[in-house]
Amino acid sequence: MKVYLIKKLLLLIPLLIGVTSITFTLTKTLPGDPVYSMVGERAQPEVIEKIRKELGSDKNIIIQYLGYIKLLIKGEFGRSYYTNRKVIDDLLSKFPNTLKLALGAMIIAISFGLFLGFISAYKRGTFTDRIISSLSVTVLSIPVFLSGLLIMLFFSLKLKLLPPSGTGDLRFLILPSVTLSLPALATLARITRTTLIEVFDMPFVTTAKAKGIGELKINFVHVLKNALIPIVTVIGLDFGSYLNGAVLTETIFGWDGIGRFTMEGIIKRDYPVIMGCIIVGTTIFVIINLIIDILYHSLDPRVRLYGKNR
Amino acid sequence: MGKTGKISLYLLVFISLLSFSAPLISPYDPDKIDLDSIKDAPGLQHLFGTDNKGRDVFSRVLHGGRISIIVAVLAAFLSMGIGLVIGLFSGYLGGKIDTAIMAIVDLFLSFPALLLAIGVSVVLPPGIYTVMIAIAAVGWASFARLIRGYILIVKEAPFVEAAKALGCSQTRVLFIHLMPQCIPLVLVLMGLKLGGYILTEASLSFLGLGAQPPAATWGSMVSASRSYISSAPWMVLFPGFMIAITALCFNALGDSLRDRYGLKIKY
Repeated sequence: MKVYLIKKLLLLIPLLIGVTSITFTLTKTLPGDPVYSMVGERAQPEVIEKIRKELGSDKNIIIQYLGYIKLLIKGEFGRSYYTNRKVIDDLLSKFPNTLKLALGAMIIAISFGLFLGFISAYKRGTFTDRIISSLSVTVLSIPVFLSGLLIMLFFSLKLKLLPPSGTGDLRFLILPSVTLSLPALATLARITRTTLIEVFDMPFVTTAKAKGIGELKINFVHVLKNALIPIVTVIGLDFGSYLNGAVLTETIFGWDGIGRFTMEGIIKRDYPVIMGCIIVGTTIFVIINLIIDILYHSLDPRVRLYGKNR
Repeated sequence: MGKTGKISLYLLVFISLLSFSAPLISPYDPDKIDLDSIKDAPGLQHLFGTDNKGRDVFSRVLHGGRISIIVAVLAAFLSMGIGLVIGLFSGYLGGKIDTAIMAIVDLFLSFPALLLAIGVSVVLPPGIYTVMIAIAAVGWASFARLIRGYILIVKEAPFVEAAKALGCSQTRVLFIHLMPQCIPLVLVLMGLKLGGYILTEASLSFLGLGAQPPAATWGSMVSASRSYISSAPWMVLFPGFMIAITALCFNALGDSLRDRYGLKIKY
């Protein structure tokens, strides 16, 4: 287990180098000169030169990249071109908001997704199953920004139950969490259904039935335990979709998190902000994948890890 | 193909025909501003109502659909092409090359897709080509991974050995014997992915990174009209529903193709 963990952690390094060089090249080839947008096109040439030097953008690209990596290791993502605040400070202050949103979405998605998938699998072929299955495909086909706007229109503008936008307590959290959870919820319901149906047909279930074990125990202990692996994978992979969805959801609901921060960075062509957001987003995603790998091991001893039997 | 698959296919053909003949059938000029009929509710005069500048929403939806559908389909072909070639080579050659290529594929798969697409769309000037490239830059990886996995199995088949024994060159085995084997898989995958590409295109347009005004796509129409959602909801609802219906049809079509070919692809 330790060897496996170390190997996995070592694999993160090339991955992160890859990600940082991608984001770095991406943002370096951006159109529009950020220096001009800071001081205006008619600024004194000396002023422009001075700012260039401060930003390090007059030097060779490799030196710039190395400087960037050095800063990254120090936890320094540069300063926003507009607010001149440290990107890392903004990211840290906004991260808890995004985390709250993602956790809220996750709780909704897991509980409802598993529940609906379970019902659907248990009643497979019936009317209920068809309704749940078609609903989940439909939800998967609605873009997050549309479901967000519809939810906002209905619950806050028409029924006036909850505030339409802003950051704050639970009342502000509910609508964006529900919006963000929808695609993950639908995926989860689908995967739970297919996996459970596969497991229902396995010989050990027949054996369990033949031994006279109660249906409830078979369903919840025997079947669910064996179906958990693909379900956990999807729960983990969906974290990426939360990060994607957060950009749209936070923009629509005015939730002050990393997603909206990314969007503002894009609109203003604020390179350090965009780079910081992409790197933090990817790092979180990679770490979650690692945690899921470890979870696999504890869920299913059949999963053979690297470094064993070799 | 099941009933759902057929219905989705017919609907898709219908939507595409409508969108592609937009210049012929749309009742108004999609960009014509008519200040006398601002935010008219849907009715006989304007089927889907008018927007905040008096433009006919129906005509705009038709024209916008053309861009959205073309972009998604071309992006799918682009991802498929790149993914197919890389997957073929990776699976066939095996060994260290395979490991290296798969490491790169994993790198791309581990990127939250929309973030990468946003990154690409920020670098290149916004527009429909950028959206296509952005989608393909993310999309090729899943094609490559699945095709590689398939080739790993197929390349052990006796017919490959026979081809080699007959003296076929590597390239011939790869492109004449192995590639056609991937066609069903590729078709199913494209069907499954297209719904998602429609949504990605819409999301990028929504974020203002797609086709630039005055040209409209479904996504940018929703984006531009979202502040009018309570005073003129039709401005948001019609383009929004078109996105959802098109994506739904592609998803349903992909699902039924998958079942038809008996492939086990979970996502």
